[in-house]
Amino acid sequence: MAYALQQLINGVALGMIYGLIAVGYTMVYGIIGMINFAHGDIFMVGAFISLISFVLISMGGWTAGPGAILLVLLVSMAITALYGWSVERVAYRPLRGSFRLAPLISAIGMSIVLQNYVQVAQGARVKPIEAIITGNLEIWHGNGFAVSISTMQAVIVVVTLAVLAIFTWLVTRTALGRAMRACEQDRKMAGLLGIDTDRTISITFVIGAALASVAGTMYLLRYGVIDFYIGFLAGVKAFTAAVLGGIGSLPGAVLGGLLIGLIETFWSAYFSVEYKDVATFAILVITLIFMPTGLLGRAEVEKV
Amino acid sequence: MSTANSRFGVPHEGGVPHSDDGVPDPGEMGGIPRVGPGPAPRPPLTHALRDALLAALVAAGLFIPLVGLRTDVGPGGGGLMIRTRWGDVAILVGIVFAARLLLNLWSNFRPAPAPRSAQRTALMGRVGTAVAPALLALAIALPFLPGTTRYGLDLGILVLTYVMLGWGLNIVVGLAGLLDLGYVAFYAVGAYSYALLSTTFDLSFWICLPLAGILAAFWGVLLGFPVLRLRGDYLAIVTLAFGEIIRVVLLNWVSLTGGPNGISGIPRPTFFGLSFSAGGGPGSFADFFGLEPSPTHRVVFLYYLILGLALLTNWVTLRLRRQPLGRAWEALREDEIACRALGINVTNTKLSAFAIGAMFGGFAGAFFATRQAFISPESFTFIESAIILAIVVLGGLGSQLGVAIAALVMIGGFEAFRDLEEYRMLVFGGAMVAIMVWRPRGLVSSRTPSVSLGARKAISAELVGQGR
Amino acid sequence: MRFGGLTAVDHVSFTAHAGDITAVIGPNGAGKTTVFNLITGFYTPSSGELLLHGRSGHRPLHRTPGHRIAQEGVARTFQNIRLFAGMTVLENLLVAQHNQLQKATFFGVGAVLGLGGYRAAEREAMKRAKHWLEATRLLDRADDAAGSLPYGAQRRLEIARAMCTDPVLLCLDEPAAGLNPRESEELSELIRLIRASGCSILLIEHDMGVVMKISDRVVVLDHGKKIADGTAAEVRADEKVIAAYLGTGDEGEHPSPVVEGAV
Repeated sequence: MAYALQQLINGVALGMIYGLIAVGYTMVYGIIGMINFAHGDIFMVGAFISLISFVLISMGGWTAGPGAILLVLLVSMAITALYGWSVERVAYRPLRGSFRLAPLISAIGMSIVLQNYVQVAQGARVKPIEAIITGNLEIWHGNGFAVSISTMQAVIVVVTLAVLAIFTWLVTRTALGRAMRACEQDRKMAGLLGIDTDRTISITFVIGAALASVAGTMYLLRYGVIDFYIGFLAGVKAFTAAVLGGIGSLPGAVLGGLLIGLIETFWSAYFSVEYKDVATFAILVITLIFMPTGLLGRAEVEKV
Repeated sequence: MSTANSRFGVPHEGGVPHSDDGVPDPGEMGGIPRVGPGPAPRPPLTHALRDALLAALVAAGLFIPLVGLRTDVGPGGGGLMIRTRWGDVAILVGIVFAARLLLNLWSNFRPAPAPRSAQRTALMGRVGTAVAPALLALAIALPFLPGTTRYGLDLGILVLTYVMLGWGLNIVVGLAGLLDLGYVAFYAVGAYSYALLSTTFDLSFWICLPLAGILAAFWGVLLGFPVLRLRGDYLAIVTLAFGEIIRVVLLNWVSLTGGPNGISGIPRPTFFGLSFSAGGGPGSFADFFGLEPSPTHRVVFLYYLILGLALLTNWVTLRLRRQPLGRAWEALREDEIACRALGINVTNTKLSAFAIGAMFGGFAGAFFATRQAFISPESFTFIESAIILAIVVLGGLGSQLGVAIAALVMIGGFEAFRDLEEYRMLVFGGAMVAIMVWRPRGLVSSRTPSVSLGARKAISAELVGQGR
Repeated sequence: MRFGGLTAVDHVSFTAHAGDITAVIGPNGAGKTTVFNLITGFYTPSSGELLLHGRSGHRPLHRTPGHRIAQEGVARTFQNIRLFAGMTVLENLLVAQHNQLQKATFFGVGAVLGLGGYRAAEREAMKRAKHWLEATRLLDRADDAAGSLPYGAQRRLEIARAMCTDPVLLCLDEPAAGLNPRESEELSELIRLIRASGCSILLIEHDMGVVMKISDRVVVLDHGKKIADGTAAEVRADEKVIAAYLGTGDEGEHPSPVVEGAV
């Protein structure tokens, strides 16, 4: 029981990271209907920028405290957002309104570019970082087994929830959010009504990248090591999460992320670590067989 | 209007700045020209400069942290150290600035837009009829051309393997319009089937090859069933997941597949029972034909083997396209609901596309296993699926010739840039983006009708469905 | 037929007689297309039954899977044209004969090898395709992409394609929508011709000119219920029908013009 509770906490912390990345997938999918395959690598870039920032800070002799983490988060968000914007501008915007598979291939190309660019620029070896947030909060104790939530996990959950809250406010309560939703429904009509659709799409990529960079920072803090290849698997998992939740649905992305995190953690804890990805994907396939548009996705009714 | 004049006329260099002349978005960057209808803006030099400066600024923002600040594990394995590389950043930013400026100026001088796609379609059709036989003749003659090295033949085998995989996937994606991101799974199933059958039961290549194909087709149907109801990107992620599941299972089922160590000592193919052993000896190919034993024999044999397999794929595909089944695939790509209303069994049609596409992937896998004599899960990662899909899309969905050319360009080009070492994949990915931006519908984008009453007319890509 | 809490078609019962042109009319949202989708197997009725007296005797359509219904002899067209746009006109018609051709190929095996039985079947299919191309005056466009045809021609092609499945019942969903008067006239001719060839017709149409001229029987739906059923003249005189079309009350309101003038 205690073990299960511990796994639940671990799973939620991991699921939050997936959820943050998944939001980026689902937003881009919602607005231009493409799988932004490079999004996982944007997450990786975010993690690297955080890493570099942390190293800079520690070289500057500033002891890492909440202020430092906040600063790193902001720097990483800004620069990663610039990456997200550039990727859209270079690889996707010229293909707007074109053949459906063209942006997908372009995105796969961009994913290869980002991965190898970081590998060339920062080296292929894994980058370790000292634990920045340490400490445990014991929340339950008994039968010789203690359930504890590490401060790190608490930070992940709190930061993620805060970021998601700000983000939800942004897309539901502001003019920008309204423009985004309008573009989602009907881009051509939104354009006719005076919404700058190119700009709205750019902002979508910027927001998605910023959220991915938060996920990257959290990943770095949680695991302490990153390399140029982390984007692929995290990206695939997050995309799986987005699809599981119903692609295009923002709450669905977070829910899907949580589910994937929980499945992975519980499967590793009770069955085998090796097959955790198989379990994740198998559950995705099974879900889609019975709910072809995911858990919270709008049922696509094709009018005959 | 200045826009209309400047399209054909002299650019307004140094002239009066036209404030209405399509000022570019602030901060445009990158090396890609605008694509789209209507006249592109023709900024005068000042605007070109300003735009290039903004691009350079963005580039600086991108490159300063990741290129300028290189992190390395410090001496003694302690924490990370930072090494600055401002020189590299300056060079990169300079390149972006220059490229953007040149691009802006070029768009100023550029003549009227490219010819209409209908003309291009007709032109491509004419070129295509000449190119295909020429390529085929070259492929057949390659081993006997003077100057063909062992390396050249190996490269030829590699390219042909991808041509075959591309043609196989083309059935699923190009004809039936089903987006498959896990095609490598069937390649893997074929390779492992061949490896296990031949090492365990000691069966010959010619028995294992069809078995590998059948097993792959079986897996194709197995994948096909759950995804029948899915559309578009849901289909994409499930096929991707399927590919990953197969790879992870191959990696972890150590007792069967050898896990990460893979399977080695896979028997080489024989020429109707004649082996290609290096030392010659009785029962070998060289001995039977009275030739000097040479390792080249095997390479030439493998070359013709994959050429034959690829041509078989092509022949079957072309044949099926003109048959009810192939037409039903294309109809499915165009409109599934109409297919149902016409009494076409959509389920069977989809499954047959998956099965036949998978079968050819399985053949290619079996060939790969026998050629390498060693296979491991490393050869069957997602990136392989992505490359095969890229070949199909870059070539032009549904076009056999386009796929062959794309495989030649992508795989041949990748090998040609061998000297770039770690930059090679970077260039490869960049090329994928650039080709897509240049030709979103692929190299050969028009569709040839499968049947006609009069003269066959190519169908422009704009009308052809994109699948789901 | 219910969708969630909404009952789209409620106790609608009518018979389309063999050799008749039966029209189904009603205001927008009355459930006409839903009836069509039930007949052609795109929806399965929540309750009730549909019987086809087709080639293979009595056939319960509500228990027949979608693609089988077409094989039993029910063909349809769509309100928003659904052609295979990237395929030629001729290819569209050959796809429609998929099942006959597929049988002749021993399900693909013989076709790849190019056996003789298939060639004969294909010749037969071409003949049928040409016949319907002539009937719809599309013969000279046979090798053009279906998507490149003008709108009226696309409508005719959809009918030709449906007829190539050799149906006993042809369901036309608003075939005259978007056609000019001359084209509607030609359409009426074509429908009569199809009926003369022995195929019964079920027709959804808003163009009352077409409906009144060619229908043997008219069924009127409103709010998912059948409100009238009879000959064109009977239906036209029916008070309930008039009420459904014109509405009750709120009469005599003339909105002021926004734009006036002669061009």
